[in-house]
Amino acid sequence: MSTLTQQELVLGLFEAAPATFLSLRQLGKESFYAQGMPALKSEEYKFTPIAKKLESGLTDFFPAKPIKISTEQVKSAVFAGFEGVVLVFSNGQYLPELSNSTEGLTVNLLSKTENTPLGSIAKADNDPFTALNQATFTDGLHLSIDNKKVIESPILLLQFHQAQGGQVISPRIWIEAGDFSKATFIDYQVSLDDAPYFVNKVVEIKGGVHADITYHSLQEESNQVIEVSNVVTDIKQDSQFTSTQITLSGDMVRNNLTLNLLESNSVGNMYGLYLLHGKSHVDNHTNVDHTIPHAESNELYKGILADQSRGVFNGKIFVRQIAQKTNAFQQNNNILLSDDAIINTKPQLEIWADDVKCSHGCTVGQLDEEALFYLQARGIDKITARGLLLYAFAGEVLDKIEEDSLRNYIVNQIQKRLGSNF
Amino acid sequence: MLSIKNLHASIEGTPILRGINLEVKAGEVHAIMGPNGSGKSTLASVLAGREEYEVTEGEVLFQGKELLPLSPEDRAREGVFLAFQYPIEIPGVSTTNFLRTALNQVREYRGQEPLDAVKFLSLMKEKMALVEIDQKLLSRSLNEGFSGGEKKRNEIFQMAMLNPVLSILDETDSGLDIDALRIVSNGVNKLKSDTTATIVVTHYQRLLDYIVPDFVHVLYKGRIVKSGTKELALELEEKGYDWIKEEVDSTATV
Ligand SMILES: Nc1ncnc2c1ncn2[C@@H]1O[C@H](COP(=O)(O)OP(=O)(O)O)[C@@H](O)[C@H]1O
Ligand SMILES: [Mg+2]
Repeated sequence: MSTLTQQELVLGLFEAAPATFLSLRQLGKESFYAQGMPALKSEEYKFTPIAKKLESGLTDFFPAKPIKISTEQVKSAVFAGFEGVVLVFSNGQYLPELSNSTEGLTVNLLSKTENTPLGSIAKADNDPFTALNQATFTDGLHLSIDNKKVIESPILLLQFHQAQGGQVISPRIWIEAGDFSKATFIDYQVSLDDAPYFVNKVVEIKGGVHADITYHSLQEESNQVIEVSNVVTDIKQDSQFTSTQITLSGDMVRNNLTLNLLESNSVGNMYGLYLLHGKSHVDNHTNVDHTIPHAESNELYKGILADQSRGVFNGKIFVRQIAQKTNAFQQNNNILLSDDAIINTKPQLEIWADDVKCSHGCTVGQLDEEALFYLQARGIDKITARGLLLYAFAGEVLDKIEEDSLRNYIVNQIQKRLGSNF
Repeated sequence: MLSIKNLHASIEGTPILRGINLEVKAGEVHAIMGPNGSGKSTLASVLAGREEYEVTEGEVLFQGKELLPLSPEDRAREGVFLAFQYPIEIPGVSTTNFLRTALNQVREYRGQEPLDAVKFLSLMKEKMALVEIDQKLLSRSLNEGFSGGEKKRNEIFQMAMLNPVLSILDETDSGLDIDALRIVSNGVNKLKSDTTATIVVTHYQRLLDYIVPDFVHVLYKGRIVKSGTKELALELEEKGYDWIKEEVDSTATV
């Protein structure tokens, strides 16, 4: 694999970039070339050879054009019982005619808000794919929540993806939450068919003071999808940010989640569940940066891996020297259902302050045979018993999802699977 | 009802049961006693269908049907119930949670209609009263943070719910104080009938004051080496197991 090939790979993307955010794109391009595609030996991507995957899995390295989406498609994709705002995207492009809004939420195309400081939260130099997105995204969305606005009903970012030529989709989203605001976002990615494509997503979330923001992400795409997602948030004083990352499928998926705890009394929660089968490869890299005293982070990621699937978890907790009285908790638990499934899990703690409470732990195990026998001995067939146990394992993460329609939907999808393959 | 013939079983190549013979008829209570490590729990597990144990010889008929080829769940559905010596914890699964699934699968197997939520709840109330167990306990993760007595009561509660034909109680008395022992034994006695049978595995005579056995068997080194009536239990209480061990070990060397 030569660098030249990889540079050639992305040339089409650079050429197709629109004439907006010109200087930003230029910086992104320079940053991308400075970093290059992550090499096989790259520390950050060592278990996830995404560059190689892109080379072999994609045929057409150009931006995917938006495809037509019908109201019926929207209706059938929205979770049963969901009541809230629906923002529809087709291959990363916003479709206002299928979307709605609510009081206190302002929705704008990024191309109409060129003063948006894109790249100030998700920094291009921190990740080559962030840089690539910055240089080549087509358009995206600017969402802002007014100060003091509490939006109780969730905001669904319904992202339809389909690229029959194996092209690239580069969603770019900027969210600004006002002071004392509250909102829940659900980022839901669905494939419309089985053709491969590459999603390179960047979401930047700028929290206000005393804000309470939840960002759920549900990846339920085809098993041909290659994806890199970068979600980065700045968390201010007295604020809380909660992320849940649920991944049910994909060929190779890499999720980078970064929480910057910038002011005191802030709380960052990171919850994740990956339920993998076939040859899915899913890598969750999380990074929480405690930059100030008196902040808290809680992290729980759980995985169930069947067949030849592979999971990677890397949880970085960075506690700076001034960040005294930090509370940081991290847990990663995995169940391997087959001898061929693999998990690489690694806590990465860098703690420079001395008066902190940090704990972390990871477990990798099989399904508890004793528990299975116990349930069978009560008359429950093996498959149902297995489902009950796996569901109980996953439940600890699912319980963190307060939005009923989303949780019920995921529960349903999982149960469908637990009854068959799992 | 239950007929065990020349049952041999081993674990990882080590023989544990070495020729068990036992006949249990409907309406009877059998006590199985014996020193630690003699194979009592192994026998109970083999009857319930635990896969780690390899049956190397012998057969078991339950109500005329071959028991050993059946899966653990089918044995339960046929009416075999094992109250575990060490009930395990299952985080995230509550008793209420799995028991309705269990009961309805058992009912379906027996050709009965499933119970709806209301009927299930009223059945639960009735059986909860029987073993004096609190509903709160039943909606918590199974056995997580339960006291020894609560775990055992929960086992008997499940037994009452599933209405088995043959109940095997493996050291249900261990870890119980005298009140809990009385409650549990009462529950077991109330569930007894002319059409059901009970095998009580225990170390101590104590439980047998409450659940009175028709027969007492002593298991030693994987065999039933002595059988008798409840007086045998009293004798064992008084004299311990050494005289039996000596008897067996001396004849074994001949
Ligand atoms: N899972 C197991 N692995 C290895 N040995 C076992 C296992 N279970 C039981 N044994 C052995 O089998 C023998 C009988 O055990 P058990 O049936 O538990 O005795 P009891 O219930 O009479 O005290 C003991 O020597 C014990 O160590
Ligand atoms: Mg025992």
